[in-house]
Amino acid sequence: MINGISINYYILLSAILFIIGAVGVMARRNSIIIFMCIELMLNAVNLLLVSFSTLHNDAKGQVFVFFIMAVAAAEVAVGLAILSMIYRNVKSIDTDLLSNLKH
Amino acid sequence: MLGYTITQWLFGILSFLAIMFGLLVVFSKNPVNSVLYLVLTFFCIAGHYLLMNAQFLAIVHIVVYAGAILVLFLFIIMLMNLNEDSEPQRTWLTKIIAAASGGLMLFVLIGSLKGAEKLTLTSYGAAQTGMVKNLGKVLFKDFLFPFEIISVLLLAAMVGVILIGKKETK
Repeated sequence: MINGISINYYILLSAILFIIGAVGVMARRNSIIIFMCIELMLNAVNLLLVSFSTLHNDAKGQVFVFFIMAVAAAEVAVGLAILSMIYRNVKSIDTDLLSNLKH
Repeated sequence: MLGYTITQWLFGILSFLAIMFGLLVVFSKNPVNSVLYLVLTFFCIAGHYLLMNAQFLAIVHIVVYAGAILVLFLFIIMLMNLNEDSEPQRTWLTKIIAAASGGLMLFVLIGSLKGAEKLTLTSYGAAQTGMVKNLGKVLFKDFLFPFEIISVLLLAAMVGVILIGKKETK
């Protein structure tokens, strides 16, 4: 229990947020929306890490979340640079059109 | 209030808002609206961090995500001039399959994590772990080396972004 809230509710909330992100990755074609859904999934995992860290009274989980945030920032910077380069060359960021690696 | 404490009310409201805004991120047609809903989702998650007394992470979350990452997203979207016409929709069959597989994944996740409450420790100290003082001690004692590596990673990402974004001249 964290402040009278069972850890199960945090698990449920994180699972639902993660699944929303996963469904977004599968159902959308815009690469930027897919990126945002990946961010949503990362945040669901972060939330669960923080809740377990608070539950066990151990600061290591929160330090891990801090590192995840730093890595996410680097990932987003590189990913968006790649996307803008793709847009400059192909004039589209539709995932169905970006299938050159398939052939 | 109705047998629930104020913390439980706040948890419920924040969770409902987070899930609703998360759904709106996926379902809104205009990418700019998606980014704005994602900002609101992240504010709800920051509220959850505050509720768990993880103050440092709540502030860092708002600064890094709402302040840096989502502004970057917004910037790129406006640079590309995307709107609802620029994205052709997937077929209904694909959407239904995506939703079904998501539902199955949720089922599996909840099923496998259902017994997690048995993992709980017996001592619930007043949560002081999220304070800046406490977190700083752990970060700069146990995790000093990873902290330095993160700075190298950010530098590498910066150099990489400049290299990728540079226009090729021949």
